[in-house]
Amino acid sequence: MIRLVNVSSAAGAFALRSISLEVSTGEYFVLLGPTGAGKTLLLETIAGLRAVSSGEIWIAGENVTAVAAERRRVGFMYQDYLLFPHLTVRRNIAFGIRHEPPEEAQQRIARVSQLLKLDHLLDRRIAGLSGGEQQRIALARALAPQPRVLLLDEPLAALDPQTRRQVRRELLALHDELQMTTIHVTHDFEEALALADRLAVMNAGEIVQAGQPDEVFRRPASQFLAGFLGIENIFRGRITRCAGDQSAAGEAFNAVFDSGPLKLSVVAEREGAACVAIRPEEITVSKEPLHSSALNNLAGVVKHIEKSGPLVRLTIDPGLPFLVALTVQSFEALQLDTGANVWLSFKATAVHVF
Amino acid sequence: MKRPTPLTLIFSLLGACVVVFLLAPLVKMILSAQSGSLAEALADAEVRRSILLTLVCATWATVFGALTGVPLAYLLARKIFPGKHLIEALVDVPIVIPHPVAGIALLLVFGRQFLGGRFFSHFGLSFIGSVPGIVIAMLFVSASFLVNASRDGFRQVDPRLENVARTLGYGPLRTFFSVSLPLSWRNVLSGGIMMWARAISEFGAIVIITYNPKVASVLIYDRFTTYGLTYALPLAVILILLTLVVFAVLRTISYRSTGVPTT
Repeated sequence: MIRLVNVSSAAGAFALRSISLEVSTGEYFVLLGPTGAGKTLLLETIAGLRAVSSGEIWIAGENVTAVAAERRRVGFMYQDYLLFPHLTVRRNIAFGIRHEPPEEAQQRIARVSQLLKLDHLLDRRIAGLSGGEQQRIALARALAPQPRVLLLDEPLAALDPQTRRQVRRELLALHDELQMTTIHVTHDFEEALALADRLAVMNAGEIVQAGQPDEVFRRPASQFLAGFLGIENIFRGRITRCAGDQSAAGEAFNAVFDSGPLKLSVVAEREGAACVAIRPEEITVSKEPLHSSALNNLAGVVKHIEKSGPLVRLTIDPGLPFLVALTVQSFEALQLDTGANVWLSFKATAVHVF
Repeated sequence: MKRPTPLTLIFSLLGACVVVFLLAPLVKMILSAQSGSLAEALADAEVRRSILLTLVCATWATVFGALTGVPLAYLLARKIFPGKHLIEALVDVPIVIPHPVAGIALLLVFGRQFLGGRFFSHFGLSFIGSVPGIVIAMLFVSASFLVNASRDGFRQVDPRLENVARTLGYGPLRTFFSVSLPLSWRNVLSGGIMMWARAISEFGAIVIITYNPKVASVLIYDRFTTYGLTYALPLAVILILLTLVVFAVLRTISYRSTGVPTT
């Protein structure tokens, strides 16, 4: 659907270096990278707002490299929404559908404003609307012309954490409904994991790695990536509430996380598709099963041992590879070797669900 | 109420001096013209003709200024190109040079024997001693106000708003008229008012190029040198009152729409 072939461009101090990328129809693709990596630049380049110095951009089988932005039929949303302050909400949404016959335009506005729950705001002015409202309006404005692809630049960054989680769910629901090919730019790996069908990590104007989220997170291709991601033991799966759980609606509850080869006891706030992360230092390693309060006790085999300074990093596989960090003392006390059978223990509350 | 600090007191005193200095001549002049002489002056066909001529010429100058100066202002606000700083400095030059000098400079281009004058004479336009001469003199000395104000206005519009419009199917020109201009019209209008007011008050450059037909400022000078103060005064008062009224009305329009003064 979107295909970039060796796209390079320069814009002041920033530059894109030979970017190749493929996003298939209906995919939710996340571009992840630190500030200044060139993510926004890449998004603007796909939208046609910046010229490329070499390479090709294809959208829906059409080579759009030389096509002007206004003819690319790309929905674009900036981090700070950039609604037109001189227009009402309705006219902001209607901005991109001026060529439609009035009846069709009315229907489109009605449809997107219903989809994004904006009906009650249509005749308001932009000043005084909350961040969440402005964000939904910007999304409605981008969707009204029925673009071929949707490009979102840090769509959640300007929201407070509470609203952010809610909007993240709404974005997922919206994508489920519209199946719109989407590229979503973020610097937040948690956001990337929660949303991405596939993702690419960018740094200094280059794509460093692309692939399935858990694959990228589990096998970072470079030192930069490992450092940037900063967290190990991330798994994707489903959360199901425990049968006997008594907690009230809206509260955290005891649940089971299931990723196929791995089942964990967790404390969660909602059911369904989710990611979990367990910090290496939260995991205890022992040769015999521990009789402790930890709910998660997994048997696995030591696959790899790596000594780095005061820590020893072990890869242990109880179904999926876990990374565990031990001090040199505890490592020597345990007398472990590759191939040894060990137990991993950690509390349900040590499992970070998102 | 808090007692004012010594600094506030000193500054208020000094500030009051300049306010009085600006206000006194205007007030004294308006007060010293008897209503009878004002009516008499208004009954004078030459006075009416010259005031009308001044307003019409200033309006034409502002229209030409807007047609060429607003696009220039947009380029200055948005683009980086070689010689940009030179052009920005050049735009300010008419403010700093003596206006008779500006008049002479214009004469050297638009005089009958010079290139500009010869070129326009093919279209039957002559700038010396004629209405078009008044318009170019006004344009030259006042365009800076419109260009500078508009440029500042465009600079305040986030270029990414224009980007959004582009992705919504608007070409660059339509984007300019749908986003850039509507979001900076207050600056453009404010600059236009300043330009128009400056054009009405111009004397030095006009008097070099076109003494006749006489615009209001030239007529005032002419009456003052020929007949003396008594005959110049009523006309001066009428001109001041007229420009103040139009100025106030336009400022109110641009002020009211935001509740915030723009310049």
